[in-house]
Amino acid sequence: MFTFLGLGPLTWITFLPILGMIIILLIPSGEDDLAKAKSQNLYRWITVGVTFIQLVISIFLVLNFNLKFAGVNDPNSMQFVERANWIYLSGLPLLGNLKIQYFIGIDGISAPMVLLTTIVSFLATFASWNIKKSAKGYFSMYLLLVTGMMGVFVALDFFLFYVFWELMLLPMYFLIGIWGGANKEYAAIKFFLYTLFGSVFMLLVMIALYFAVGSFNMFDMMDFAKYSHSSILYGMGSNWRLIAFAALFVGFAIKVPSVPFHTWLPDAHVEAPTPISVILAGVLLKMGTYGMLRIAWPMFPDAVMYFQNWIAVIGLVSIVYGALCALGQFKFGKRDFKKLIAYSSVSHMGYVVLGMASMTTEGMVGAIFQMFNHGTITAMLFMIVGVIYDRAHTRGLDDFGGLANKMPVYTGIMTIAFFGAIGLPGLSGFVSEAMVFLGTFKTYPIYAMIAGSGIILGASYMLWALQKVFFGKLPERWSGPWDPTHKIYKTDDVNLVEKVALVPLVIIIIYLGINPNAMIGLMSNSVNHLIEFVKLSGQVAHL
Amino acid sequence: MTITQSYLNNLMASVGYFAPEIAIVVTFIVAILFDLMFKKSKNIAAYISIIGLIITGFILSGNIGISKSLFDGLIVVDPYSTFFKFLFLITTILIMVMSLSYKELYDNNRKVGEYYSMLVGITFGMFLLASAVNLITIYLSIEILSLSSYVLAGYTKEIRRASEASLKYVIYGSLSSGIMVYGMSLLYGATMTLDVAKINVAILSGHVELFPIIIGGLMILVGFGYKMSAVPFHYWTPDVYEGAPITITSYLSVASKAAGFAVFIRFFKDLYLLPATSDINIWNTISNFHWQTIVAVLSVLTMTVGNFVALWQENVKRLLAYSSIAHAGYILMAVVVMTNVGITSILLYFVFYMIMNLGAFFVAQLFANKIGSDDLKDYIGLGYRSPVLAVLMTVFLISLTGLPPTAGFIGKFYIFTAVLDKGFVWLAVIGVLNSVVSLFYYAKIFRNMFLRSVADDTKNNFKFSAPAFPLSIAYVLAFATILFGLYFSPILNWAENSVTMFK
Repeated sequence: MFTFLGLGPLTWITFLPILGMIIILLIPSGEDDLAKAKSQNLYRWITVGVTFIQLVISIFLVLNFNLKFAGVNDPNSMQFVERANWIYLSGLPLLGNLKIQYFIGIDGISAPMVLLTTIVSFLATFASWNIKKSAKGYFSMYLLLVTGMMGVFVALDFFLFYVFWELMLLPMYFLIGIWGGANKEYAAIKFFLYTLFGSVFMLLVMIALYFAVGSFNMFDMMDFAKYSHSSILYGMGSNWRLIAFAALFVGFAIKVPSVPFHTWLPDAHVEAPTPISVILAGVLLKMGTYGMLRIAWPMFPDAVMYFQNWIAVIGLVSIVYGALCALGQFKFGKRDFKKLIAYSSVSHMGYVVLGMASMTTEGMVGAIFQMFNHGTITAMLFMIVGVIYDRAHTRGLDDFGGLANKMPVYTGIMTIAFFGAIGLPGLSGFVSEAMVFLGTFKTYPIYAMIAGSGIILGASYMLWALQKVFFGKLPERWSGPWDPTHKIYKTDDVNLVEKVALVPLVIIIIYLGINPNAMIGLMSNSVNHLIEFVKLSGQVAHL
Repeated sequence: MTITQSYLNNLMASVGYFAPEIAIVVTFIVAILFDLMFKKSKNIAAYISIIGLIITGFILSGNIGISKSLFDGLIVVDPYSTFFKFLFLITTILIMVMSLSYKELYDNNRKVGEYYSMLVGITFGMFLLASAVNLITIYLSIEILSLSSYVLAGYTKEIRRASEASLKYVIYGSLSSGIMVYGMSLLYGATMTLDVAKINVAILSGHVELFPIIIGGLMILVGFGYKMSAVPFHYWTPDVYEGAPITITSYLSVASKAAGFAVFIRFFKDLYLLPATSDINIWNTISNFHWQTIVAVLSVLTMTVGNFVALWQENVKRLLAYSSIAHAGYILMAVVVMTNVGITSILLYFVFYMIMNLGAFFVAQLFANKIGSDDLKDYIGLGYRSPVLAVLMTVFLISLTGLPPTAGFIGKFYIFTAVLDKGFVWLAVIGVLNSVVSLFYYAKIFRNMFLRSVADDTKNNFKFSAPAFPLSIAYVLAFATILFGLYFSPILNWAENSVTMFK
């Protein structure tokens, strides 16, 4: 395995941002305006550099990824594994042996997520280009957030996973709370409390699992032969196992977020600054569904089989309700562009949950693929809102109209993103949603039919928004040049920085629409193995 | 051998192990004398006290691993008490160092010699309390501890709220110690002995009246609950904490609370212990009386009331006071299980709690030095006026909430582990929900510091930091908070080896 300074690629990809953060903290922010601008530039470029190296490493990882290895519950077929004893106490008289390992690695489920994280966090730095208010704090929090997210996707020790999971709460709170919009305080604390509420139950389940197997190793927790007989989690299908699964599921569902735990998301999205919305929609939401796949599904297969129908219903309700809420923005809401996209996120993440509940290869692959696609497409949508917000300082859909003439490039990019979100064939969103439907149809044909209405609703609100922004008459106040405070922009259309952020995503969306196998091949082995494993051990319990 | 001779022998054998306490007393006397002799150097008592306590620490390290009964069973020396003694020493030294930079204390050209020697006096009381296994020693050491605390709470006597705090403290304190001493007399009356271990033997023999023992135990619980500031014996806490000098507030919230827990755990463990020390039945010595339920209710009440009342506080000192009540509740969760794992988690928690709570109070003190206020609304914009201190404060608050990667998380993690280990799922659920609630009010502090900012043109917008020395102390505490969140094996090992009590 490739190492640098004795540390493997996954360690570098995870902790490089921390290194960048320390460097940023050490650079003084400058006294006069010139020095301030200078160091701001420096912070920006350090962040770009760090996230770029991350991106390079993740591409390297994907290129060297052995597609034959399944991973999931088999520690030997995880890749790029690094293992060290972190807190290792043996021979303690009371607590037995405490084994907490620094144990990281990736398989077909986490590899797409690692790639997604690096892509989104790299591109979101460009969306952060005109953050002026205490740039030092912003970029250091940003990098800390990136470490937290990356850590969640590579951790294979539950304790480590939990630490990373909680690590990203605080930077997120500050990023929304300091650099956010008018109602930022409310949105920030709501996000914080909701997520913490979910994760404390995860903590209790984690401790219970630790008592059952005597270590925090995820693979031990998936190996039911290792469960101690005295543990309350012993015995497939027992009530405590169902409760534990439900607690875990709620913790993850808050993050996804699934209806009825979704109310923090619209608030957080509306108030967060553009790059943070991008990260939130692009990566953070995936942590919830990833957690389900990595932890809830393989550790409680019996409970998954037991609750399968309910999980599917939750996914279904999220799809339809999210779409209806987005559509309702026109009739009842303030016609806030960001809120519309936030609700569309709820709807699109519903497909992921539905696909995972279907327990079929197509559904599951579709779900993970949808996680990736939603990450790229929604990241793009939020950047698009950001572009227009930077110029006009408003997000009301009614405030726009007729922009197609004024911003042709922007119109083109936005149209692609919107069609990607709707699920137009030829773009990546179509493939994943189609696969989710295929898989769901096998298990729950009725649900698949109802979920189909989500697509129609999605098309209506997306097209509606598109129409509102681009067509019709340009309002009087936008007919001149944009807000004069933004002198640095050369044109009114998307500038270079914004192009750098948006164009790669366009390429990814189109490329994966034409050649979805590039991504599906990465995960199919792991997904098959996961389904097999969950079904096998889940059904044994119900015999 | 005559009685006198055996008594003398016992005395001679005991004195050696009593050396740390003797060292403290010597420190106390020397500090007072030097303060009287060298009136010109204001801090001489402080320096002597700090040096004396450090020497005490070295002497105390000779007692590590020793388990012995001293002075005919009046006190014991065992790893459990030694652990707490180290905790008291470190806390006291830190508090003294912090007090050196406390502006309010040095205002009005106040004489501070007694302040430091009084802190030494408290330490002596706590040392005895951690070791006490006899009703008389317990009572006396609580009184030594309390009397010095009353004085210190009102040390800045020309400040009205400080005098008020002191007075309230005295009244509540004497009431609760009155109840406690009555309870002790009931125990004595029922068993004709003051030795806790012998009371235990008497109970187990089955020849004593159980009713006075239960009532007596409850009354003694009132006294301990007062020291631990457990709900419903907490009424003094917010007023005293808000009124007292902030150094004393943080001292009371850590050391005095720890002393209360130390004696509480030892007393109930010794008193109601079964001979075959099976972990499970520890509370069941007296059948049909559910001590465990009482402590569980106490714990739930303490953390819930502490957390929920804290939500409405507008003063940082008062907010931290309620938060410290809530933390007593978390610790009580582990007392409910009363297993060795539980006690380990309590010891561990106290080390972490000491670091983070002292840190939070210390930064609040450094803020108060500059802005002259503890009001939450005056914290607005501090993140921009004093970024370093505000970030340090945030670290401590995050740790108090119990989020990784900080020490507070590890502490809570162990408490929940101990509680779940014995199957108290409902208690653990209440505990974790409480920590979610606590996030809300801790977040209020860093929300005001960072999320809100004052207008640039107001005269209160000067930037500031702290002098190098106090700042470095705060840095060390913050560093320890994060370090122990990532690597806590040594502390855990130490705590694990310190649960042994002399029997």
